[in-house]
Amino acid sequence: MLPAPFEYHAPHTTEETLELLDRLGDEGKVLAGGQSLIPLIKLRLASPAHLVDVNRVPGLDVIEERDGVLRIGTLFRHKSAERSALLASRYPVIAEAAAQVADPIVRNRGTVGGSLAHADPAGDWGSVVLALDAELVLQSKSGRRTVKARDFFSGPFSTVLQPNELLTEVRIPAAGSRSGGAYLKLERKVGDFATVGVAVHLQMDDGKVRSAGIGLTAVGPQNLKAEQAEAALRGQTLDDAAIEEAASLAAAAAEPKADQRGSVEYKRNVVRVFTERGLKRARERARGGA
Amino acid sequence: MGWPISVTVNGEKVSAEVEPRLLLVHFIREKLRLTGTHIGCDTTHCGACTVLLDGVPVKSCTVLAVQADERQLTTVEALHAGGALHPIQAAFKQEHGLQCGFCTPGMMMSSFALLADNPDPTEEEIRWALSGNICRCTGYMNIVKAVRAAAVQMKEAAAVPAGAAVGS
Repeated sequence: MLPAPFEYHAPHTTEETLELLDRLGDEGKVLAGGQSLIPLIKLRLASPAHLVDVNRVPGLDVIEERDGVLRIGTLFRHKSAERSALLASRYPVIAEAAAQVADPIVRNRGTVGGSLAHADPAGDWGSVVLALDAELVLQSKSGRRTVKARDFFSGPFSTVLQPNELLTEVRIPAAGSRSGGAYLKLERKVGDFATVGVAVHLQMDDGKVRSAGIGLTAVGPQNLKAEQAEAALRGQTLDDAAIEEAASLAAAAAEPKADQRGSVEYKRNVVRVFTERGLKRARERARGGA
Repeated sequence: MGWPISVTVNGEKVSAEVEPRLLLVHFIREKLRLTGTHIGCDTTHCGACTVLLDGVPVKSCTVLAVQADERQLTTVEALHAGGALHPIQAAFKQEHGLQCGFCTPGMMMSSFALLADNPDPTEEEIRWALSGNICRCTGYMNIVKAVRAAAVQMKEAAAVPAGAAVGS
């Protein structure tokens, strides 16, 4: 299969990229890892007139934890996330999700920012940024704005990202010493999209939950934030009863559709079970300290 | 419109002008005439088209040829450089790590990258590393065995002091 013809641009700086995106408007599309976009243009489900390849722009693949913020650049690849010692030790929800995205060859190429901007409701990263209460930095020629993860997704494959904007980085509140997380994913076969995925991140304080984040994959028109379950956990000592209650609330927040991967009831139940397991795993990790 | 690219293909510098929409796998098969790289599913699933870009396995049906500009491209043909079978090739032959052979180039390129990164992988590590490559004959048992055998052989070869093998 061959994509329809397009004009190719390979900028070397962010400024040059933003200039191009501004000029091209609706006609332009950013090419990051290309592991979703290239299949789409080959199948001609999308036929952008211009592709702006950002792979040659230095600095977009940054990872840095400083001043209470973990910054992950848009070109940070799944494989780098999977292998990062920093993420494995302090942000297990990220490390576990990254290791379960697609297959190892796709992970070599696919990027965090590309995955988020593509906004597949079955994508794993969306739930991770929702659970971590991250902010996304959207930059355009005229300036930059910061959008909360919960305000970023606007439907299946839709976000608030404008054609002239580049998602440059994800900003995550730095994990405290008593924090833990987990990502659980059910797939029909290894490397598949999620049937159901659940991302959990907990921040404990003096034996109680200071904040809890729960993101749901593939059970709604977009990645969902289980806000009622999160609220129910706040201030709790996190005994098994509190976890079961939150898991039920997360299941209630899910809006799955029946398909060949399972019925509505089945998927909802997986959300409940995964939320429970995820919270227990996160609790254990938080107790273990940093 | 042509886009000039310069790619180091299996150690040799190649310059070409390509249409931006040309996929890397088509560049490899049709322009370079290196047909060891196969097109399987053409939808980023099967891994038959796996090649190394700067040493990292990628599915060449899902990379544009222009994106290989100024980079090192390694195809399955590189394994046979020098005329002798690479230990990975020899092990696939020895252990019957192929049936129809269609997935084999991709399997071997993923195995090559795995062994460069982890010279002594466990069976589980091999299975995970090859999870982006599908064998439609389902001959995974022998593929995994072949990669293990290649690892052992490459380790032994590396342990032999230079020159010691000659004339022995």
